[in-house]
Amino acid sequence: MSADTNGRSTKVRKFKVDRDAAPWHGRYAPYDLAKEFLVALVVVVVLVGGLAVLFGSPDDKPVTVKSWSTANPIDFAQTATTELDGTSGTAGYGPPYNLNGTAQSIGPIIPAKWLGVHHPIDTAQDFVLGPLSTLPDNPEVQAAITEYQSASATQQQAWTAAYEKAVANATYSDGKLVVPKGDYGPVATLIAAETSMARSGALDGALLSSRQFYGTDYTKPLLFIADGQYLANLADNQHLSGDQWGMMNETGSYPGQAWLWLYTLWYQVPPANTSSNGDIQVFAIMIVLTALLALVPFIPGLRSIPRWSRLYRLIWREHYREVERDGGARAAAVPTG
Amino acid sequence: MTIVDPKPARPDQADLDKAAGRPEDAAQWTAKIRETAVEALPPQKLLPDRQPAYVASWIYVFGVTTICALLVVIATGLVLAIMGPNWWHVSSTGLFVNSLHLWSVEVFFFAMVVHLWGKFFMAAWRGRRQATWITGVVCFLVSVGAAFTGYLSQQNFDSQWISTQAKDGINSTGAGAIFNVTNFGQMIMWHITLLPLCVLALVGIHVLMVRLRGVVPPFPAKGEVPEGTEVPAANATEVEA
Repeated sequence: MSADTNGRSTKVRKFKVDRDAAPWHGRYAPYDLAKEFLVALVVVVVLVGGLAVLFGSPDDKPVTVKSWSTANPIDFAQTATTELDGTSGTAGYGPPYNLNGTAQSIGPIIPAKWLGVHHPIDTAQDFVLGPLSTLPDNPEVQAAITEYQSASATQQQAWTAAYEKAVANATYSDGKLVVPKGDYGPVATLIAAETSMARSGALDGALLSSRQFYGTDYTKPLLFIADGQYLANLADNQHLSGDQWGMMNETGSYPGQAWLWLYTLWYQVPPANTSSNGDIQVFAIMIVLTALLALVPFIPGLRSIPRWSRLYRLIWREHYREVERDGGARAAAVPTG
Repeated sequence: MTIVDPKPARPDQADLDKAAGRPEDAAQWTAKIRETAVEALPPQKLLPDRQPAYVASWIYVFGVTTICALLVVIATGLVLAIMGPNWWHVSSTGLFVNSLHLWSVEVFFFAMVVHLWGKFFMAAWRGRRQATWITGVVCFLVSVGAAFTGYLSQQNFDSQWISTQAKDGINSTGAGAIFNVTNFGQMIMWHITLLPLCVLALVGIHVLMVRLRGVVPPFPAKGEVPEGTEVPAANATEVEA
């Protein structure tokens, strides 16, 4: 503590060059903020307009269940089988879709469990049996659904396992899925009907989550499509896969979300690129780094990097030239009591 | 005969004084808010026509460039919102507006990142400007979220792929329970209302803070303010603890 000229006590503290800044008592120069703003706005508008005219923007058509099952019916049939027997990615995902999988964790911390299942998905019912049960005038399919649902879990497993193995060698000709003969119970009928329904476009509508006329939630069709290989193969061709720095890319040769480069970087290196907990590990790293960036003014050492780098000498080179011309006369800038 | 209504005269200072600032009204909340605001940011400080002589570098342009790009983002986004989410997929004019929107976002982030790193290497948090720095960083983060939800709202292959990949990251944090990246309706609402409002509010607060504290001065040159000098808070508010 010290006292001011009126005898009042006042707080003092040591000046720290990376934390404090002395009040400016030097020269002021005209600076037309309004003019700068207008010029910058014109430059930005012209630049953006030029880039838009020259390069446009990408708009690759979305994949639909219809387009997927038409382009690659075998991949579709394989995926539908895994949805039916509960071995697909979504079926074994865990929260927030179901409780069938192990959520990602860091040590004992499993954040996905905190809020639990919020978008419940039973892949067998929601992706296969439910949509098929909406097919009108198709007693064969309805009987297959009943037979499948009435069977024991072991029997269901035996049918789907056999079919899953066989469908890998299936072909598609004359509008039909041709699978080598075997004991698949009702599964062959179910998957063939599901494939036909998908190719007709009816499955796209049946998968929409909404039970009302208007719907905007595409969670179910998106997860179903993403369980297959077709979407991933298209993405890979467009350099969008995780190991291609895909998180910051977009289709075509557009810059994409370049600002996510650091986030994407962690997916390219251990531990995230090999760990089953990679996503949460990357999030944890980014949370720490972001906190460091936001709190850098309070972190000794980190807040000294700008001074050590001396890049500020480049930014304020005119100022320092002026200071050097004036010699030590500017020492008057030291605040006094 | 034509009767022309005289243009109403602008109130002169005497009239304004009658309407505000009377001593008997000083206890009013309105009066207190006005007095506090004017005291903190008088017009000369809010919109100065002079700056310290050290404000003379191209790096200072990137702050205002960020704001200008944000205005173009908002303007083009408004056109897209007015015409609806399907418009740009079926209209060449719509596609062009979408291209303007995309490239203004790219320019916005480019300018913002240069501005951020420029301010980092100027240690622009010095002199009680920590909150200015933090609002800038938070603004960047919220902008990343706004752009991300924009990519999710495109209704094309990009948004399909991005949403189905990003869900794993979001779900791993537990946030997927309430922030469902595969729900188009939820994402577009975040993109066109919540997040832009947050960005605009944060930019507004950030700019007001810059005006309140002024542009950070250079590091002291040799001989100026040696490290460890005792600084009285009373007349050097920039260095108060």
